[in-house]
Amino acid sequence: MKAKQTNALATLLLWLAALAIVGILAWFLIFILGRGLPVLGPQFFTGPNGVGGQFFNSFYILFLSLVFSLPVGVGAGIYLAEYAPKNRLTDVMRLSTESLATVPSIVLGLFGMIIFVNVFKLGFTILGGAATLALLNLPVLVRVTEESLRNVPASYREASLALGATMWQTLRKVILPTALPGLVTGTTLVAGRALGETAILIFTAGMSVSRHLFDLRLTAPGETLAVHLYAVQANPLPGTHAGRVANGTAALLVLVALAFNLLLALPSRWLQHRLSGKRG
Amino acid sequence: MPRKTSWASVNDQLTRYLFIGCAVLVSLVILSILWFVGQQGLATFRHVTPLEFFTSSRWNPDRGQYGILTFIAGSIGTTFIAIVLGAPLGLAGAVFMGKIAPSSLRSLLRPVTELFAGIPSVVYGYVGIVVFVKIIRKTTGSATGFGLLAAGLVLAVMILPTIISISEDTLRALPDSYEEASMALGATRWQTIWRVLLPAAKPGILTAVILAMARAIGETMAVQMVIGNSPLFPHSLVTPTSTLTSDIVMEMGNTPYGSTWNDALFMMSVVLLLISLALIILVRLGIQKGEAK
Repeated sequence: MKAKQTNALATLLLWLAALAIVGILAWFLIFILGRGLPVLGPQFFTGPNGVGGQFFNSFYILFLSLVFSLPVGVGAGIYLAEYAPKNRLTDVMRLSTESLATVPSIVLGLFGMIIFVNVFKLGFTILGGAATLALLNLPVLVRVTEESLRNVPASYREASLALGATMWQTLRKVILPTALPGLVTGTTLVAGRALGETAILIFTAGMSVSRHLFDLRLTAPGETLAVHLYAVQANPLPGTHAGRVANGTAALLVLVALAFNLLLALPSRWLQHRLSGKRG
Repeated sequence: MPRKTSWASVNDQLTRYLFIGCAVLVSLVILSILWFVGQQGLATFRHVTPLEFFTSSRWNPDRGQYGILTFIAGSIGTTFIAIVLGAPLGLAGAVFMGKIAPSSLRSLLRPVTELFAGIPSVVYGYVGIVVFVKIIRKTTGSATGFGLLAAGLVLAVMILPTIISISEDTLRALPDSYEEASMALGATRWQTIWRVLLPAAKPGILTAVILAMARAIGETMAVQMVIGNSPLFPHSLVTPTSTLTSDIVMEMGNTPYGSTWNDALFMMSVVLLLISLALIILVRLGIQKGEAK
């Protein structure tokens, strides 16, 4: 009898734990959006102390960082999944990719600062921020690519190679198209994470924003939304409604995170499901 | 016809080298980080002895005192609180998702965990300031509310997705026969979870905890916003102190490149780098041991 009671109690506690986890997230979202949504409006972007420039920089730097990291990350993932023999050298490659994935982002930021600010003497720039941010994306892209390619059934490869296709033809025409939904989902999550990154960008892209809205110059300073939230919180300048700006910026960041996780990641996951359904 | 085939094989070779090149490039990143950051950091020891650097808690760069023990204690303290609070909750969530939740509920919980990971760390820090710090100030009577406890609480929430997703994957990867055999012997579901599944999943759960530690010790923004940023050794959970990461962020902007102060901050990031590398190697050894069984 005692075992059954323990079982019931444990089940109850596990339900409560799950409820607590969902509850924490729900409370987080409601709290942030509740404080910040009323502030959001056209004025919030273009008015005095508007965050239009920061908003633009966030996406511009994200875009550039993906331009830098996607080809290399996907290429390395393809190598590890399809070509790499199992030996010492590829073991070292995997270990260094995993290590890169756990490097604290502040250390990446300092590395970027040495390279772009101190060695190349560029100062705080969009280019330096995006290139350093690319290092954060790289290991995750490698892993996502490797996993997506490994999920493609071996029979696809064998069939294509048996028909006389080269490895490259097989990759381009068979493996990559099949793995595409997984790649898209993974890249979306990488992008969502990169958009909220702060520690890397403070010392590479800087904490100021160009006077011109939509400044595309790579050498312009590039404060992003996340860095802006940190900046207004750390040094609330009088007369800038720092509290309101902080609330609105936090809400905006959460909205962007929600968009990337739900609007973009869910449809591609659904697509992945459908495609893998057809497979079986 | 033969010419076409040779083109295809040339292409095949070229792309192969291209992919190898990418993989080599990715592997070189960590080495160059170690090289550049390491070189800058080691310059500290031209003016400060390693013994003083690691064992003194006096951090007064104006007076030439560079002891980082306070920051190390802060980093370890916040990480410890985060693991103690976050790991059991996350593990319970993983067990629930993997073994108890009906599949419809599970497919709802998975995106919820991912959303935890998607929220930017500055937003966590912001909630930490406007909520946790205030509550701590009211309930403990501490003067500011900033300190290890506030940072530990924020980090406990931030490590949840790491703990949940890795533990759950491990639990789901266990052979069904374990569960079936235990149930067939008349064990309740909880007995099966506690005596069979969790012990079998132990290596995976340990990996989850170690990676969560790496995440917590390297987290910068959220911690910096709630820790209080004073270089005082943490004698209580609710007095302002600093961690390795928070102090780097605070002081890096105010120090000239090449000064001892600046070099010392780089050396602190070398310490962070070495800790995270050590944790990854620990995970690797654990996996190899698991495979060897």
